[in-house]
Amino acid sequence: MDTAVTAKKKWWSGGHSPFNISYGKLMMWYFLMSDAFTFGALLISYGTIRFMSTSWPDPNEVFHAFPGMGHTNLPLVFVSLMTFILIMSSVTMVLAVHAGHMRDRKAVIKWMAWTILGGIAFLSCQAWEWTHLYHSGAWWGRNPFLNADGTVASTNFTNFFFTITGFHGLHVTSGVVLNIIILANVLKGTYEERGHYEMVEKVGLYWHFVDLVWVFVFTCFYLL
Amino acid sequence: MEHTHTGAAHEEHAHDSSTKSIWKTFWILLAITVFEVGLAFLYLEYDFMARWALNGIFVTLTLVKAFFIVAEFMHLRHEIRNLIMTVLMPLLLFVWFIIAFLADGDSWKNMRKNLSPGTAVAPPTHVTNEPAHH
Repeated sequence: MDTAVTAKKKWWSGGHSPFNISYGKLMMWYFLMSDAFTFGALLISYGTIRFMSTSWPDPNEVFHAFPGMGHTNLPLVFVSLMTFILIMSSVTMVLAVHAGHMRDRKAVIKWMAWTILGGIAFLSCQAWEWTHLYHSGAWWGRNPFLNADGTVASTNFTNFFFTITGFHGLHVTSGVVLNIIILANVLKGTYEERGHYEMVEKVGLYWHFVDLVWVFVFTCFYLL
Repeated sequence: MEHTHTGAAHEEHAHDSSTKSIWKTFWILLAITVFEVGLAFLYLEYDFMARWALNGIFVTLTLVKAFFIVAEFMHLRHEIRNLIMTVLMPLLLFVWFIIAFLADGDSWKNMRKNLSPGTAVAPPTHVTNEPAHH
């Protein structure tokens, strides 16, 4: 109340965070930035190998199955469902953060629970997809799919697919675990006592990042 | 833009009690994804445009989606400039990272095509239309 902040505030003159957020949130941002480089490096190496290959398997030939649909040719359908689930769980996460701002404990619990459910649903889909591919003969070091031009493909395709979607799935898994821990704290009333729900915001940032990475994985592996 | 705050450690944003912008972002993301998948299907059926142009559209739309997730869901658009810059500036390294590596991959492919004597798809008749490299 003392300083009349009209136009310019001196962010670097001390006494407050020059980034206008708490230490914890800032460090979450920096962690996510470093994680973005990790994923970026993985996806760029995938791109490099794909660029140096004379031919590459067609994703629509590889990813065309849907649970319970037998051998019906359904390219993109299942992965679209997975994408939808993840976007949806991102929305429920923002709603949880929003409810936290309102100090609405009940709503935080509800939306966190939905987010966790969404994460588990996504992981189940991925587990099904991996199992299906495994039974088609695909795994690290094994690639049953032909290149788009009919030649025998190297194992680069499956190696990158399982490594990158696996690393992303690992992030989803740890995101679900973090969300469960935070939900348990909300249920215990930890944040009500603390007076704010900032921890929900921090896991929220992580959760959206996982969704963000999936947007790129979806494009790189299924669309391009 | 919250330039008039009281100096508390945090929680100085005026929190809007409506969730309208959240749902708007959701619909944008969903619409883009549906459009991408629809385009991919149309391409599978009708093959109506150049592959590179289609890929360009996919990459652009991916970046649009990324923008909305980071700006709205992660709230970065509503943070102060210092924070936006400290997070986004380092990511500019990606520009060179991507160009350099993809160009390298492409160059490898060309060398393999042109120089490898044992390439399975190489025609039996040897190089006629290019300067010999031995």
